Order: sequence, then C-alpha cells, then structure tokens
Amino acid sequence: MSTQHATEVADAHEGHAHEGHAHDDGAHGHGLTDMGYVKVALVLALLTGLEVALTYVDIGSLFMPVLLILMVIKFVTVVSFFMHLRFDSKIFSWLFYSGLFLAVGVYLAALCTFQFFAGN
Amino acid sequence: MADVAVHTPPADGHDDHAHGHTTSTGLSNNKLAMWMFLGSECLLFGGLISTYMLYRGRHEGSPTPSQLYNIPLTSISSFVLLMSSLTMVLAVSAAQRRDDRNTMTWLTVTALLGATFVGAQVFEFTEFVREGLGFTTNLFGSSFFTLTGFHGVHVTVGIIMLMALVGMVSRSRIPGDKAEVVEMIGLYWHFVDIVWIIIFTLVYLIPS
Amino acid sequence: MAISEPNPVPALAGSGSAYVTPSTSFGVFKRPVQSTGWRSWVFTVDHKKLGIMYGVVAMIFFIIGGVEALLIRLQLAAPNNKVLSAGAYNQMFTMHATTMVFLFVMPMAAAFANYLVPLQIGARDVAFPRLNAFGFWCFLFGGIFLNTSWFLGGAADSGWFAYAPNTALAFSPSHGVDFWALGLQITGIASLTGAINLIVTVLNMRAPGMSLMKMPIFTWMILVVQFLLLFAIPVITVALFLLSFQRNFGAAFFSVEKGADPLLWQHLFWIFGHPEVYILVLPSFGIVSEVLPVFSKKPLFGYKFVVFSGAAIGFLGWGVWAHHMFASGLGPVSVAVFSVATMAIALPTGVKIVNWTMTLWGGKLRFTTAMLFAVGLIIEFTIGGLSGVTHAVAPSDTQQTDTYYIVAHFHYVLFGGAVFGLFAGFYYWWPKMFAKMLNERLGKWNFWLMVVGMNLTFGPMHILGLQGQPRRMQVWTDFRAGEGFFNLAFWNRVASVGSFVLAIGVLMFLINVVYTTRTAGVAPADPWDARSLEWMTSSPPAEHNFDAIPTVHELDEFFHRKYEENEATGEIHQVSTYEEIMADEATRADKHIHLPSPSYWPIILALGLPLIAYGLIFARLLAVFGAVVVLLAMFGWSMEPSVADESDYDPPVDGGPTKELATLG
Repeated sequence: MSTQHATEVADAHEGHAHEGHAHDDGAHGHGLTDMGYVKVALVLALLTGLEVALTYVDIGSLFMPVLLILMVIKFVTVVSFFMHLRFDSKIFSWLFYSGLFLAVGVYLAALCTFQFFAGN
Repeated sequence: MADVAVHTPPADGHDDHAHGHTTSTGLSNNKLAMWMFLGSECLLFGGLISTYMLYRGRHEGSPTPSQLYNIPLTSISSFVLLMSSLTMVLAVSAAQRRDDRNTMTWLTVTALLGATFVGAQVFEFTEFVREGLGFTTNLFGSSFFTLTGFHGVHVTVGIIMLMALVGMVSRSRIPGDKAEVVEMIGLYWHFVDIVWIIIFTLVYLIPS
Repeated sequence: MAISEPNPVPALAGSGSAYVTPSTSFGVFKRPVQSTGWRSWVFTVDHKKLGIMYGVVAMIFFIIGGVEALLIRLQLAAPNNKVLSAGAYNQMFTMHATTMVFLFVMPMAAAFANYLVPLQIGARDVAFPRLNAFGFWCFLFGGIFLNTSWFLGGAADSGWFAYAPNTALAFSPSHGVDFWALGLQITGIASLTGAINLIVTVLNMRAPGMSLMKMPIFTWMILVVQFLLLFAIPVITVALFLLSFQRNFGAAFFSVEKGADPLLWQHLFWIFGHPEVYILVLPSFGIVSEVLPVFSKKPLFGYKFVVFSGAAIGFLGWGVWAHHMFASGLGPVSVAVFSVATMAIALPTGVKIVNWTMTLWGGKLRFTTAMLFAVGLIIEFTIGGLSGVTHAVAPSDTQQTDTYYIVAHFHYVLFGGAVFGLFAGFYYWWPKMFAKMLNERLGKWNFWLMVVGMNLTFGPMHILGLQGQPRRMQVWTDFRAGEGFFNLAFWNRVASVGSFVLAIGVLMFLINVVYTTRTAGVAPADPWDARSLEWMTSSPPAEHNFDAIPTVHELDEFFHRKYEENEATGEIHQVSTYEEIMADEATRADKHIHLPSPSYWPIILALGLPLIAYGLIFARLLAVFGAVVVLLAMFGWSMEPSVADESDYDPPVDGGPTKELATLG
C-alpha cells in the first residue's frame, strides 16, 4: 500500500513488540492516500445508487440476495478501508469479527426458533 | 459512552513514557479497547435489528412500512452519512500528518454531515407520526423507532464527540497522541455508518 | 503530551521534604494526591485498592442476599407460614437471586481479577486505571440503587429472569422492575468497562517473556470470562432497554395481548443468561486451578487442556441458551439441537474435573482450608454438573422445569462451584492481600459448616423438585405434603435448618476475618510455597507492585526460580528462597516509577448514572441533571492526562528511586 506521509513522524515507535511478531501499532504509515479514500467513497456511492435503483426495477427472486450481497460488500469495504482493518493487526479483525459473527449466529438462531424464515 | 475518555497510556512504570511505550502485542491499548467495544456493539445492534425483523410485519392500526418509507429521502440521508465517513477518514489522515487545520476542517464537515443525517431522521419521524405511526401505535412502530432511535442517538453522541474534538484540537487540550484520539473517534463514526448500511438495506429496501 | 498549566500551586509534600505541584484537571479541580485517609480510597485508581473495595462491597451484598435467602427458608420452614406475605416473598426471591448473581459473585470475581491479574502477569496496573475505578463505582452505585427500591415502593418481584408477563405493569405495578432494569444497566456498564479493561491488560501488559501459554491459569480463566462479558452484556442491555421502554414509554415488546412474542424476552435474556452462568463459575475454576497445584506440590495436570477446555466452555456457552426454554414450545428441531449442544458442553467441563483430580493424584497433599474448599468445589460442582446433564435431556427437563430440582441444580453449581471457589481464594490470597494468615481452625469450622449446610439445604431440594414442589412456591400445607420418605414437610424443614447451618458457616468466615485482623503478627511472604508471579513481591505488594518487572521464562515462573528438577531422578530440590529471589530482583529495581494518578472523574461520572435512573423513575428533571453531570465528567476526564505531569512527582533525591506520586498529607 502506498504511504502518503513523507513526513512520517520521527518518534514513531512501531515494532517494539517483544514477542517477535513486530506489529506496527497501526497509527501511522498504513492505509490509502486521500485520493484513494475518495475513490473508495465513489465506489460506495455507486453501490448505494445501485441498491436504490434495484428497488425501482423488478428483478424477481434475485432482489433479496443481490441487495444482501451489496450490503455485505459495502460493509466490508468501509471496515477494511475506512476503518483500516485491512492494514492493521489481525488481532483487531479477530476482536471485531468475532463479535459480528457471534451476533449474526445467535440472533439468526433465535429468529429460526420463531419460524421467522419459514415463510410469513 | 466512556470510550471518548480513554486515552490512558499503559501504567508501565518506566520513566521513559515520553518516548512512547511498549506493549506485549505491540498494539495500542486504546485501539484494542475501541475494537472490542465495537465488537460488543455488534451484539447490541444485532438484538435491536432482530427485534425489528421479528415485529416489522405487526403493523395493525398504522400504514404499512412500504407505504410509510420515503425511499428517496432516506437514500439521500444514507448517502450523506456515507460521505461523512469519507470526510472522517480525511480528518484522520490529516491528523496523522499533524495538519491541525485540515483535521479541524474535516472534523467539522463530518459533524455537519452527521447533523444533516440526524435532521433528516427527525423530519422522517415527525412525518411518520403525522401519517399515523407513533412509538406506541403497534409493535412495528415501537421496534422501528427503537432501532433507528438508538442509531440516531449513536450519531448524536458521535457529533458531540466530534465537536468536542474540534474544540480540544484548536486549544491543544488533548492529552496523549492526538492522531490516535482522532482515529478512535473515527472508528466509532465509521461503525455508526456501517450499522446504517445494514439498517438501510434490511429495514428500508427490503420490504416486509 | 501533557497539559501545560499556567499557575501551579506549590504545596508541602507528606514527607515534608519536597515540594510538589498537583496539576489541575479541566481547570477546576486540582488532582487528588492524598495517599492516606478516605480520599486515597475514593479517588484511587490503584487496581489493588479497587480490588479490595470490590471485595468488601460484594461481601456486604453477599450478607444481604444471604439474609434474603434465610427469610425465604424461614417462610418455607413450616406449613401455612406467615413470615412473608406473598408479595414480599416474590420480592425476596427476586432480589436474592439478583443480589447473589450481579452484586456478589460477579463483583467478587472482579475483586480477585482486579487485584490479581496485574500481579500475575507482572504489570504495575491495569491498562485503563481510571476506567477501572469507574467500573467499581458503577457497580457500587448500581447495587445501592437496586436496593433502595425496597424503600421506594417495593423491590422487583418478577423473578430474576423477569419473564413476561410478570414484568408487565398490570402484574408488577410497583417501581420494582424499573429499578431492577435500570440498576442492572448501571452494573452492566461496570462489567463491560471492566471486561474491555482486563482484556487489554492481559493482551498488552504482560511481563517480558510471558507468552499466553505461560500465563497463570487464573488469568486465563479471567480472560475467557471477560470475553463472555464483552459479548453478553450488550444482549441483556437490549433486553433491559426494551423492558424499560415497555414499562415507561408504553411500548408493547412483550405483551401478548398486543400481538408480541413473549419468547423474545426469553431468548434475549438467556442469550445473555447462559454465558452468564460461565461468567459466574469460570473465575472459581481459575482459583481452584491455582490452589490445587500449590497444595499438591505438583504442576497443574494438563495446563493446556485446562486452558483450552475453559475457552471451549466459553465458546460453546453461546450455543446452548435455549435449554432454559425447553418447556416453552420451541418446536422439536430447536429442542433437539440445543439438547445435543448442551450435552456437548459437559465434555470440556468433564475435562477440567479430570485434570483437577489428576493434579491431586500422587501429590503431597496439604489440606489447608483453601485446599478443602477447592476439593469441596470438585465434589459439589460434579454433583451439580450431573443433575445438569439430566436437564440437557429435553424430556426429563420438561418434567423438572420450574421445580425445586432446578433450584437444587443451580445451587450446587453456583454455591458448590462459584462460591466455594471464591472462599478458596479468600484463604489462599488473604496473606497476599493483607499480610495476615486467616486462622486455620476457624477456617476448618467455616468449611465444614458450609459443606454440611449446603448439602442439607440444597440436597433435599432434589427430592422436593422431583416430587413436584414448584419453584417460587410461597406456602405449603401439611394436608398435601405427602407421606413417608417423600414427605415434603420433612424435607422443607431439613432445607431450612440447613440454610441456617450454612449461614453459621459464613459467619465463621466473618469472625475469622475480624479475629485475624486483630491478631498481631505478619504472615510470611510466601506462606504456601506458591508458584505464580503475584507471590514474587512483598505482601501486600507496594503500590507499584514490583520493584523490577520480572522476566518470565516458564509457566509457574516463581516455582521454577525456587526449585530445580534433577534430570536423572526426576526429583525436585530447592535452589533458591523467596528472600534470595527478591534480593536478586532488587538489584534491577526501576527508578522513577510513575504510576497512574488518582482522579475525581471516575466517581463523578458514575454518580451521574443513578441520578439519571432515579430521574427516569420519579422526575425527568433529575435525569437531565444527571445527564449534565455525566457529560461534564466526560469532558473533565478526557482532558485530564492519566499520568500526572512530571512536576507532580517528588524530585528524585540523590538519584534514588521515587516511586509514588508525592503526597499532600
């Protein structure tokens, strides 16, 4: 990934890990350039436009899955780029995604017991 | 709540904390804490979304969701919130360059976009009430207002934090690593945005 | 980094030898700097002081919850009894459970975690000391808030899991349930902040060389528990919000007559509630896993298995919640799935029991009181675990649901498991925390009275339950008590007598504490020949915990520094003493240790929360005032550096170590 700050702060204290895995503390040096963020935002805007457009055209049974996939793409894009998760330590991803998947798991299971997906 | 207040350097006693500090994982305490908080928030919003999903069809005595929802308006406000994520990330980027002026500018723009979103939500709520859906009208109303209300409160808290941050940056009153504080609030802000990405699709676009 | 303040006020240091300058925070208050007197406790951020405060307050709530239990047993001691009215009885069992779960076992585990985790991993404090203080005050104020409901129209009376429609305004018109919902929100904040704090501490603040698999087992179990809290608390938060909105703002989330699904509450509650069960018991598992090796003079058998089974329990604990709801008509598929999942969780629990037993096997056993409680846990918890397996079998569970059999089961696992573990911890770590040994003779009385008492109290409940005595039943009559061995009157009386034996057992502990505190003499620094890092410092530890942060090479580092194994014979022999190790460490002592500084903000911020809660119930204006307090406190907090300014510390004299924030008398 390209680094935008030539003026990388001199006192950066990355890589002090004393267990060998020298993670950077993530605050500096990683991520996209400002232009890169704008591009990501453009993609997100386009996807949102697509989502809204889909509600006005009839694509039949594809409607729901396509919308859900678009939602997941937008979600992951924001998390990966804007929230830097792609460039940061795996531990952050673990913490966040374990909460997310746990939430999806338990609440889907609970809705299943309500026969929620059995067709209203 | 307390997340804004967390910028505690580790209590390692060495007298060298002027040159930063080492941690066992090499990661910042604050960032670890923030990501855990966000992981935890997933279960909070998951519960609220599930409640809404369970009850969205129970709308006796009020217009149905598809009659009520104003998709063009909500699409615009969703777009505004999405763009506030961009301005937030630009603020973080400026803060990492130690560019205080641009940091404050982008933070202010983010707060304004957030306020626009909240304003649209207030407008939407009053419209719904006018059309016959109040908080206590039926289960659909209760769960809809609870879910979107919780999200709105999160946005509002974010706006307060952003404004406070602008004030603190302008007076140099931030203890600790300024860029990291901006990044923390940024993470919170993006999280509020991704929750809305889900709400927008599940609540507004997919009809019951 | 630090805030520069224009006009520092010089003041005299406690020692009278140096001038110190408390910096201001938010331009209003000077930072608290007292190291003696009540201020040194109220504004402290020291994890050890907070741990002790957690312990004291939790013990007070234990006594309150115990008195509530005794009143319940008094009411059931005789037929047609009138000790408690039906309404008072409902409040009593609701608050007994709520107090024991949320205000005793959870905070008592937090007490041990706070005190010991930084010591066990060789750190000088937790990662967020002010957040730690904030958590304690939330717990205290939340607990007080909950209990003031007794005097403000009556406590919650809906049972501790507060099923709809018992919580509906029609069935619980007092403010009790409102107090319950809001009070648990406040203590929930304490748990959530505590969880984040301790996880970061364990992940980030370990001493050099202490990899995750060299961490003491207690720290490991606390880590698992904090993850459970992290993800379980928001679920109950949602449930409690929905409940509050229903009662205070006219929503109908759980009202069947308005078309709602009351099962929604049950799901939300138990998605939180089942991990909660492990939140209660895993800290005690950690404690006995520390105690058993020390008093067997053997390493913990299968350390890795104990760690992974603990993590497995934590993970599987998320997939079994609906076994609390087998009788609610979930449908055969759901019941079958959750039934199998529940049986699966018996496996990692069984692994732990086997590991503990194997730790004892062939060891040089010393039956101190701490050891007795640990062994007691293995036995009593196993009994409770076995009756638990009978609940996993859905048809059998359907019979037992809402009978005393359930009451028997969870008291065996919670009293015989969680509480026994905590008592083992009291006896084991008392000399660490207070430099006094709890009296062993009184300790034996304490243990045996508690064992006899708990089996007399909860054992008969198996019989009562299988005979069909419903849980939460307020009166029984001789007329319908049955005959012979299964006579309900007889077993109810036995249980009531047992509860008083149990109470006397607990009283023995309190007497022991008073007696020990009054006795002169100082405990040896390493009285049990212990294994982990918390013993490799003075007792009680200095404010900065360790003069030199130890470098860790082994699991059970302290033991490995004291003993070596003869390669040929496999025998261990002592190579070093506590004093020698400490002298060695002293040569590397750090100078100028800057500890996190005391702060006013945690207690002020926490104080705003009950104000909001009272306001929501009685007067909205008060809630607004509380919110303002919270907001201002957050501003004050975020502008205050966690470690005080350099100028706040007494200047090093002749290059000597300055360890504490200078005192102002």
